[in-house]
Amino acid sequence: MAEVKTPVLETKHLGISFGGLHAVQDFNIQMNAGELVGLIGPNGAGKTTVFNLLTGVYVPTEGTVLLNGVPLNGKKTHQFVEAGIARTFQNIRLFNDMTVIENVKVACTKDMHYSLLDATFRTPKFWKAEKEVTDRAMELLEICGLADKADILSSSLPYGQQRKLEIARALATNMKVLLLDEPAAGMNPTETAELLSCINTIRDRFGVAILLIEHDMSLVMNVCERIQVIDYGLTIASGLPEEIANNPRVIAAYLGE
Amino acid sequence: MKQNRIKTRYLVNFAALIVLFAVVVGMGMLGGNTMKLKIAPSVWQCSYLIIMAASLNLVLGFLGQLSLGHCGFMAVGAYAAALISLAFQRAGFYTEKAGAAFFLVLLISIAAAGVSAALLGLLVGIPALRLKGDYLAIITLGFGMIIVNVINNLPFCGQQGLSQGSASSALYASGLGFSNDEKMQYLWVAGLAVILCMTCMFMFVRSKYGRAIRAIRDNEIAASASGINVSYYKVLTFTISAFFAGITGALYACCNAALATSSFSFTNGSILNSVFIVVMVVVGGMGSLTGSVIAAVVLFLLNYTIKNGAWVSALPAFLQNVFTYPMLVYSIALIIVIMFRPRGIMGSREFALCDIPQWPGRIKAYFTSRAAGKAARKEGKSHG
Repeated sequence: MAEVKTPVLETKHLGISFGGLHAVQDFNIQMNAGELVGLIGPNGAGKTTVFNLLTGVYVPTEGTVLLNGVPLNGKKTHQFVEAGIARTFQNIRLFNDMTVIENVKVACTKDMHYSLLDATFRTPKFWKAEKEVTDRAMELLEICGLADKADILSSSLPYGQQRKLEIARALATNMKVLLLDEPAAGMNPTETAELLSCINTIRDRFGVAILLIEHDMSLVMNVCERIQVIDYGLTIASGLPEEIANNPRVIAAYLGE
Repeated sequence: MKQNRIKTRYLVNFAALIVLFAVVVGMGMLGGNTMKLKIAPSVWQCSYLIIMAASLNLVLGFLGQLSLGHCGFMAVGAYAAALISLAFQRAGFYTEKAGAAFFLVLLISIAAAGVSAALLGLLVGIPALRLKGDYLAIITLGFGMIIVNVINNLPFCGQQGLSQGSASSALYASGLGFSNDEKMQYLWVAGLAVILCMTCMFMFVRSKYGRAIRAIRDNEIAASASGINVSYYKVLTFTISAFFAGITGALYACCNAALATSSFSFTNGSILNSVFIVVMVVVGGMGSLTGSVIAAVVLFLLNYTIKNGAWVSALPAFLQNVFTYPMLVYSIALIIVIMFRPRGIMGSREFALCDIPQWPGRIKAYFTSRAAGKAARKEGKSHG
């Protein structure tokens, strides 16, 4: 008896045009929980635009994003996050004047349900919520190997750890789908290897679906179960890593005819 | 353990503040009439300047949005408090400025001042906070000017109404306006207001709300990608800031015999105008509430002593000439602070008396890093 499973994340004919420019057209993807999918393509292909569509930064001009079968049309970015889609950024965007642990705690804000009065009078409810969040943030920092850096300013972290902190912050939102935008950019091989194990831990432990944009082909080929390739906003191939590596259209897109 | 350390820091600061307040009050009580005339109005003015600067810091330092119309909210609060107290007085609720009935009216007026300013803040904030940076500054600047004119033209509180005995001239005799003796007698009201307001603001800043708005300041896109409803937190902070500005308005009404909208206008030359409050926040440290308190007091004292010429007359003649234009002095002071401490004297640290033993080390470290930076730049130049 084959049961039809609803994919965690599904897009139907997703597309956006800026004036006459069709940045992304007819983008379809289905992801199940615990799946790691790679999204690759040459520079300017529209990968980050897809991420912006999936997180509500851009409003799609056509198509829908479905999370667990529920359409997210017309929602704002923070509502996408509440629904369960979290992301990291290609160019690191941390809260520079806040400590490492505060960066993570910010992402827990939506799950803290005390009111202004609770905060003003420091009620037990306030302390309980704060303690829970502190514990949770420490746990996530431990997973990402940042626990000993909890109280320093996030801007004073080295580059590779800033990337990891972004992932920890995304994890703190309790997401079902994690979008990673070039997490290994600018990292040396050791840092990339560490990142890889971090990503694997996250997937095994939280069972989330991960969509990964990456230019480091060895990383993509190693960890991704499926790969989708886009060029000029159009999906030109999707399938297993071996299939993609030998696909003539993909090779043409990367190397030119 | 860490929690305890923070608590001690607060308690030590708090105790020191109480002592300072007691000393000042003691000086006022024992120092005879001249001293009283100096101390009582000064403490009142200080108290509303402190709350003003701290409340603007919520928007400017913690939320990172430039608002140039903060005194507009103060004006609304001042007029709301004055009119309400007068209404009660005319209804015969109280006859003299003492007793339970008067306290009740005082409390109601202060609360009403805060609430009316907060409502206006909400109303202005919802459309205004869709804008950023310079545009928001222009809108709030416009708001500050508009509100003054609106109040001027309201029949029951404008220039006409107030000077014709409806509120202004009567404020001293029957409304909130305290005489010098009463100012002295009710100094604790000012002190208590400062303590309560500052406590509330600290609690706000050190909670999920404070974290959320600092995140918005640091990176708005990342904040919304972390699940923070950016516009909600912006409007909330703006409203809360307006609420406290409204309360300062009530305090202002208490320590003045008459209200005139010109004292809240953008172009007035006194220490109480929206730009000057911004200066206090910037000098004290954007993101440091204690910094705002210190800057408010220091700038008030500077302003006061320049005006009353205690030490200015001892300066060489050309400097005395400079000091006849106090605004010039403040701008020079501001430029110096911005040059050496671009994020304000306190930065985003909070002042704590317990930290004073560490100061020499910190100052040394500051100069060493400055010197190192300079050397590095020189090195770069010689290579380039």
